[in-house]
Amino acid sequence: MHPAIQAMLTIVIGVGGCIGYFYFSNLFLDKVLFPARGADAGRNINRANMIRPWLFLAPAMIALGLYLAYPVVATAWLSLHDKTGETFVGLANYGTMMGEAKFWESMRSNALWLLFVPAASTAFGLLAAQLTDRIWWGNIAKSLIFMPMAISFVGAAVIWKLIYDVRPEGTEQIGLLNAIYLALGGDAPLQWLQIPFWNNFFLMAVLIWIQTGFAMVILSAALRGVPEDTIEAAILDGANPFQIFFKIKVPQIMGTIVVVWTTITIVVLKVFDIVRAMTNGQWESQVLANYMFDKLFTASDWGVGSAAAMVIMLLVTPILVWNVHNARKEMR
Amino acid sequence: MDNIAGSKPALTWAVHISAVLLVLLWVIPTFGLLVSSFRTGDQISTSGWWQALSTQEAQLPAIRLKGEEVQRDGVFVIEGQLLDSAATVSRWGINSKDPEAYAAGETGALPSGEAITVTETGAFTLSSTQSMADLRMPRVFVSAATPPEFTLNNYDTVLFKPAPGQSVGKAFLNTLTVSIPATIIPILIAAFAAYALAWMEFPGRALLVAAVVGLLVVPLQLALIPLLQFHNSIGIGKGYLGVWLAHTGFGLPLAIYLLRNYMAGLPRDIIENAKVDGATDFQIFTKIILPLSFPALASFAIFQFLWTWNDLLVAMVFLGTTDNEMVLTGTLLNLMGSRGGDWEILSASAFISIAVPLIVFFAMQKYLVRGLLAGSVK
Repeated sequence: MHPAIQAMLTIVIGVGGCIGYFYFSNLFLDKVLFPARGADAGRNINRANMIRPWLFLAPAMIALGLYLAYPVVATAWLSLHDKTGETFVGLANYGTMMGEAKFWESMRSNALWLLFVPAASTAFGLLAAQLTDRIWWGNIAKSLIFMPMAISFVGAAVIWKLIYDVRPEGTEQIGLLNAIYLALGGDAPLQWLQIPFWNNFFLMAVLIWIQTGFAMVILSAALRGVPEDTIEAAILDGANPFQIFFKIKVPQIMGTIVVVWTTITIVVLKVFDIVRAMTNGQWESQVLANYMFDKLFTASDWGVGSAAAMVIMLLVTPILVWNVHNARKEMR
Repeated sequence: MDNIAGSKPALTWAVHISAVLLVLLWVIPTFGLLVSSFRTGDQISTSGWWQALSTQEAQLPAIRLKGEEVQRDGVFVIEGQLLDSAATVSRWGINSKDPEAYAAGETGALPSGEAITVTETGAFTLSSTQSMADLRMPRVFVSAATPPEFTLNNYDTVLFKPAPGQSVGKAFLNTLTVSIPATIIPILIAAFAAYALAWMEFPGRALLVAAVVGLLVVPLQLALIPLLQFHNSIGIGKGYLGVWLAHTGFGLPLAIYLLRNYMAGLPRDIIENAKVDGATDFQIFTKIILPLSFPALASFAIFQFLWTWNDLLVAMVFLGTTDNEMVLTGTLLNLMGSRGGDWEILSASAFISIAVPLIVFFAMQKYLVRGLLAGSVK
């Protein structure tokens, strides 16, 4: 069957199935199981209303349980077993992993990413929000800065690889960075992505470029929500624009800054495509997600791969707990 | 906030200039690739894209002469054209050690005695007193100034005449096949669940909302092997069905979260009035909540579409990596590995892959922003 036809069929079956399920399960509940007539009409309505939420929730809960909750447990289980997931080996996989230089290299890179990408994206986002909110062409500017958000990580990797491109010394450089570097008096073109340690920063630039728009959009909305009178009061007291920005506005949007920061942190922990496409972890630029992918699918070592995945999960957990805590606070 | 900046013209200017710089910094990378995708491979590899509008003086790769021999006034002559573009020859030569030996229009001699002339337009004349039928045709080195030239050939090549395994057109269709069902199916499932979580009273509701928030950040890296095993065990294996299911599962937390937040903000009166009038939950949901939630549904649809279109990991793992089942991101990744230096192929392919998300982005930006704000700011 042609995949396009299969896709159409899936849409029809998926959507039709959903609607059918919800419609008929409700009908069954109201007409057959607990009909709202006869002697027990009142009690039946109450019973039906107790069951109905679960009818509404069932498909989503099954999907979430199977595709997100179960894998966490299964991965934990796999991480305690050997390559093929058959024999229990205790913490041996974690031991193997800790003994690998590439793992520590990934941890170091991830630490750098965690430190710089959220900070830089938030800072640029804040700057962009503050600048574009004050000018008449601000919306156009916002659109353009926000645009990389729509570009895939691999597409962005191609875009930036052209910037970092290097041609032999003496010939014309076609990479913007080397052209600028030579114009500013550099001696020889550099292989930007092959300089250990610093290449991490050239990879990070790609993610910062993508995430700044996200930070800008959210921070810009938050900045517009800052009460006007607090700013007017500051002006009357003779505060200069920088004082107003850093001492009046920023403290009032601190909550939003934290949300932006943590959201980008999550993205950083999962970063895979950019590194895969640009260096594939060579030249000391490995990150956890790519390390894990190599272990799972190149080395076919499910044990160590799952252990690496558990490390990512562990790093995400504090944010997970904090988010859940906040959500529960809001519910009350 | 004109009252702050507006009072100081210098500051206003500083703001405008900084904003221009920032926007340029953000647009230039993409623009560079876009310009490159309309240049020929030779142009890309000999000059930066920022020089695309200026005339290029460059030494072209060696060209071997070819043409029909004619006899004219007792002399054997071969005439022809070296260049297929509107370039102007400045210097030329017949020896790789001295490729700029002659000026355009000058006549040089081959080691075997034949005379050769190359004019400014690239026309050459090779003449000899004997027949050149047995002569191995010489190579000519040309330095030429090429005027700015843009071409659609790169797009034509990658879309319609691809090298094996690099079919961008096929990958485009595959990507479309992955992303459309994977966008539509989660919406309905999530909408019903979101309604239950927003407007129905039942024990454990708060706990479920918290669980959804928690699942929002679970890295999908954890799901790869367990789900692959699961798909194999129920007989789906690798294929579109597996990708659709995976994307549905991974997209649900955000969908439920966004839709629940939006639905919870709808006015209580409408729903209570409908209940008083005897509407069932199912009717309230389909007739009132669903139409009112259109902005949130649109936001999520855009997110999910961009995410599934741009995804690499899920497609690589659940769809497979053979040529026939490659999505655009996977094809790009392969091209970067195998043809990393062929920027004309790479840039055109990249642009085809980002064109659709960019169109969706610019057309639906309003909903995208709204969705982002609903998801993060309360």
